[in-house]
Parts: sequence; C-alpha cells; structure tokens
Amino acid sequence: MTARSNAEGSEHVRTADALLPGPGQRALRGLALAYVLVLVAIPLATLVVLAFADGPPVFVERVTDEVARDALVLTLGTGVLVGALNVLFGTATAWVLTRYRFPGRGALSALVDLPLAVPTLVAGVMIAVLYGPSSLVGTTFAAWDVEIVFAKPGIVLALLFVTLPFVVRAVEPVLAEIDVAEEEAAIVLGAGPWRVFRTVFFPALLPAALSAGIRSTGRAIGEFGSIVVVAGNIPFETLTAPVYVFGEIESGAPRAAAAVSTVLLVFALALYVGATWIERKVGARHAS
Amino acid sequence: MRAERDVGAPAIAPVEAAKLDARDTRGDRLAAGRVALGAVVVLYLAVVLLGPMGALVAEVSRIGIGEVLSAVLAPPALEALGMSIALVAISVVVNAFVGTIGAIALVRHRFVGRGLLGALADLPLAVSPVMIGLAFLLLVGREGVLAPVLEALDWKIVYAFPGLVIGTLFVTLPYTMRELAYVLEEIGTSEEEAAATLGASAWQTFWHVTFPNVRVALGYGLLMTAARALGEFGAVLVLGGSISGQTQTATTFIHDAVEERALAGGYGMALVLGAISVVLLALLEHLKHRRARALGRTK
Repeated sequence: MTARSNAEGSEHVRTADALLPGPGQRALRGLALAYVLVLVAIPLATLVVLAFADGPPVFVERVTDEVARDALVLTLGTGVLVGALNVLFGTATAWVLTRYRFPGRGALSALVDLPLAVPTLVAGVMIAVLYGPSSLVGTTFAAWDVEIVFAKPGIVLALLFVTLPFVVRAVEPVLAEIDVAEEEAAIVLGAGPWRVFRTVFFPALLPAALSAGIRSTGRAIGEFGSIVVVAGNIPFETLTAPVYVFGEIESGAPRAAAAVSTVLLVFALALYVGATWIERKVGARHAS
Repeated sequence: MRAERDVGAPAIAPVEAAKLDARDTRGDRLAAGRVALGAVVVLYLAVVLLGPMGALVAEVSRIGIGEVLSAVLAPPALEALGMSIALVAISVVVNAFVGTIGAIALVRHRFVGRGLLGALADLPLAVSPVMIGLAFLLLVGREGVLAPVLEALDWKIVYAFPGLVIGTLFVTLPYTMRELAYVLEEIGTSEEEAAATLGASAWQTFWHVTFPNVRVALGYGLLMTAARALGEFGAVLVLGGSISGQTQTATTFIHDAVEERALAGGYGMALVLGAISVVLLALLEHLKHRRARALGRTK
C-alpha cells in the first residue's frame, strides 16, 4: 500500500485499518469509488464527448445558434444578478437574524432554510400563484404595465427563492464569531456605525458572502424546476439555458442539448472552483 | 456639536455633555438605521419567501378544501406520490450505505483516487438536473451509447422506474457523504484509536465508537437526501417522461396538472409537498441543534 510509506498519513492509516480492515477495506473503498464513477463520471464524460462528437465547428455552431446564445446570456446574466442580490440581502438578513432580538426570530431563522427542503418546482408554483397575471399582485402590476411572471422579474424571484439560504447561512457564523471587543474598540475610538461596519465587519464578512454568492450563482444557472413554471419560456425573452436544453431533448436534438449543457457545465465548474478557492483561502487564514 | 471646550472653565462637565449630546443624535440615527434595515429584511423575506408560501395556502383554500382533497386523493395523484415516496426510500437506503462508506474512505483513508472520489461526490451540486437527465439519456437511452447492450439484456432504464432511481441517486449523492465526512473530520481519530488500542475489532470500533458520534450527522444527511429526492424534478422528467401511473412522480404530476390547468390537483399536490418539506425542515432544525451540542462536547 502506498499510504503506508507516507509518514504523514500513518496515523490515519492505522485508524483506517482498524475501521475497515484487510480486503474488506479495499472492497468497500472500491465500491464507493465505483459508485461515483458509474453514477457521475461516466455519464458526464459521455455528455461532454458527445457534445464534441460532430466536430468542434458543429459544437460552436450549436452553441452560437441565436436561440441558444440568447438563452445562455439570459441564464448567466440572471445568475450573476441573483448572486449580487444574494450577497446584499443575504448579508442584511444574516445581520438582522444574528444581531437583533425580536419575537419570532427563531422561527424566521428556521424558515430561511425552507428553500433547501421545498421542491424547486413547488417554489415556482408558489411564485406563480402570488405574482401570476391573474393574481392580485399580478393585476396590480399589470396596471402599471409591469409583468412579473412569464417575464424576467419572475425568473429572478424564483432564483432568489431557491438560493435564499446560501449567503445567509454562510455569513451567520462569521458574524457570530466577530469579536465584540473589536467592535467596541472601534466605537470607543470614535468610529461611526458605517466606519465600524467598513473596518471591522466588512473584511471579515466579504469572503464568506462572496463565496456563498458565487455558489448561489452556480446554483442559479442550473435551475430548472422553478423557472419552467414562472418564466413562460419564450425564446429571446425568458428562455433560460436549462429550459432550452430540455426543449432540445424533447425535440429530438440531444447533441445540441449536450453542447449547450457543456457550456453550462464549464461555467458551473468554474464558479464552484472559484468559491472553493475563496473558502480554502479564508479557512487557511482562520487556522493560522 | 453644541458645547465648545473652554480652557478656563472646568473641562469635564461641558465635554461630558457634548459627548452625551453627540451620542444621542448618533444613537437616534443608529436606531433609525436599525429599524430601516430590519424593515428591508422583513420586506425582502416577505417578497421572496413568505408571500409566495402564503399565497399557495390562500389559493388552495380559495379553490376549496373539498375539491383539492378529492383531486389529491384521486388514483393518479396517489400513484405519483407513492412513486416519489418509493424513490425517497430507495435513495435514503442507498445513501445511508454508500454515504457512510464513502465518507470513511474520504476522511480516514489515504489512497489513489481519494481526491477524485471527493470531487465527484461534490459534482452533482454543480450540475443542472436537466443535464443529468440528458447525460443518462445519451448513455442508456433508446439511442444511447449502451443501447445495444441494454437491448440484448432486455433492460429498460429510460422512461421506466430504473431511470427515475438513477436520476434521484445522482442528485442525492452529495448530501449524506459530505455531512458525514465533515463530522468525521471534526471529531478526529483519538476515540477510535483508543478503542483499537484497547483491543476492539474494526466492527466493534465502528459500531460502538464511530457510529454513535456520527449518528446525528447521518440523520441530518439522510433527511436532506429525502427532501432532495422528494423534490427532484428535472432529472426525473427527462429520464421518466412523466407517464401517468408508471413514471409520474409527485413533482412531474404538479407540472402536468398546472400545464393542463387542473389547478386543484396541481396546487393541492404542491401544498402536500410543501407541508412535507416543512416537517422535514423541522426535523433538520432539531438535528442541527443536537449536532451543534454534540460537536461542542467532543471538541
């Protein structure tokens, strides 16, 4: 075993041997690895390979098709907007939930997690019921010529619903950990509230809020269930990339769907790596 | 500031007064800012989360409980819900097993391919469910890469129950494994080593030392798995095709019902799933507090 020669890992290896000894250890480890390979690696590799199977020019053609390109631009645009809104409102929500004392705070804090448990399709239905064209809110806004559902605002609302917990839950522990003494020192030294926030809180909160915001963007660009209900899926207007992919599958063009999927996958992975990088950096700093 | 510092006069009183005065106006502004921030957050949560939730409840009661109940208790709806519950059960059992093994391998073992295991276990979080459906379609679909093999074996995966299972297992893969891996990392190896030193066998160590320590995390991960399995839509729509009575799940049932304007059934089922997720959330919150206490104790 290669790990045995690794002095640094020897402690772990001893425990590992104790936990899952001998051939059983290897078999179980192999099982876990085989499971993720069959379930994740092979299908996604197939997707990417088939996206390029007709040659790179065809790939480019499929991705730059007018409808596809527009869908990708819309998806990335709303994704970035939702990420930014999450950083802003998520941090504000975390601030209120950790630093305010009011009745019902515990319940409200628990509700913030609800989007993790609610099916995204149900989230979409909820948004459509409240803001749909025949609802009270919908008709009110229609009088001002503003459409929410079957228009871009509906997409943003749905994405905000499903990504709500990301920034709130990432920022809360950081806020709770900030030393009260530091804040008091800043106040005693005469710093105004804005300056206290900028000098004491902002540097501590930024990495957590940013990485969680990036994760929410990553989540948003793949969102399907809630969008399909609220967006109306009109090409050049409200057709997002995942819905476009679904449409291509339905109309028997799986390779075009695979090409657009591959682009989405690249963005999703880049966002994932970026967020992880920020978290690692902060984690390392905290540890030192 | 009202008071100026007078060199001749005793300085303390006016300066104190000035400080108090300044603190008062600043305090007022601060209080106003606090209230404004609170109002913004409440409004935000109302617009994004609480309003839509309330609207669904109101809409269902407007349609009428009787009509909604009869739509939700009709055979197609019950079959769809039963299908979803079956998928929840399968993904919970499989993830309990694979998640535990995978997490132990990830945290306690050092081997070639460990990094790959960790990255692949995380990947489903970054991938759109539609894409997952498409990937399996390209692999095991009617015109997929493995279609000749499946045909020879007479296996039907896509537009059949196995397709739903595969899609659901993909999207639920990260939850249990990550949760357990995180807690295994946190609790460290000292207790396990002590048990091994005292002569406990591998299984004794696992059952009596490791497992009690990760039980809460396992429950948390499996609840997340259940919620995710119940709510999965994109992958099961692509892989199952939402055939009523065969591959229709609760979510695809809602989708079809809303499309056909059969709102009593669609909104009713949406409310049922919403209610189940509230129950799951309550259990998750309970475990979260227990986990926080447990981690505090072992540290």
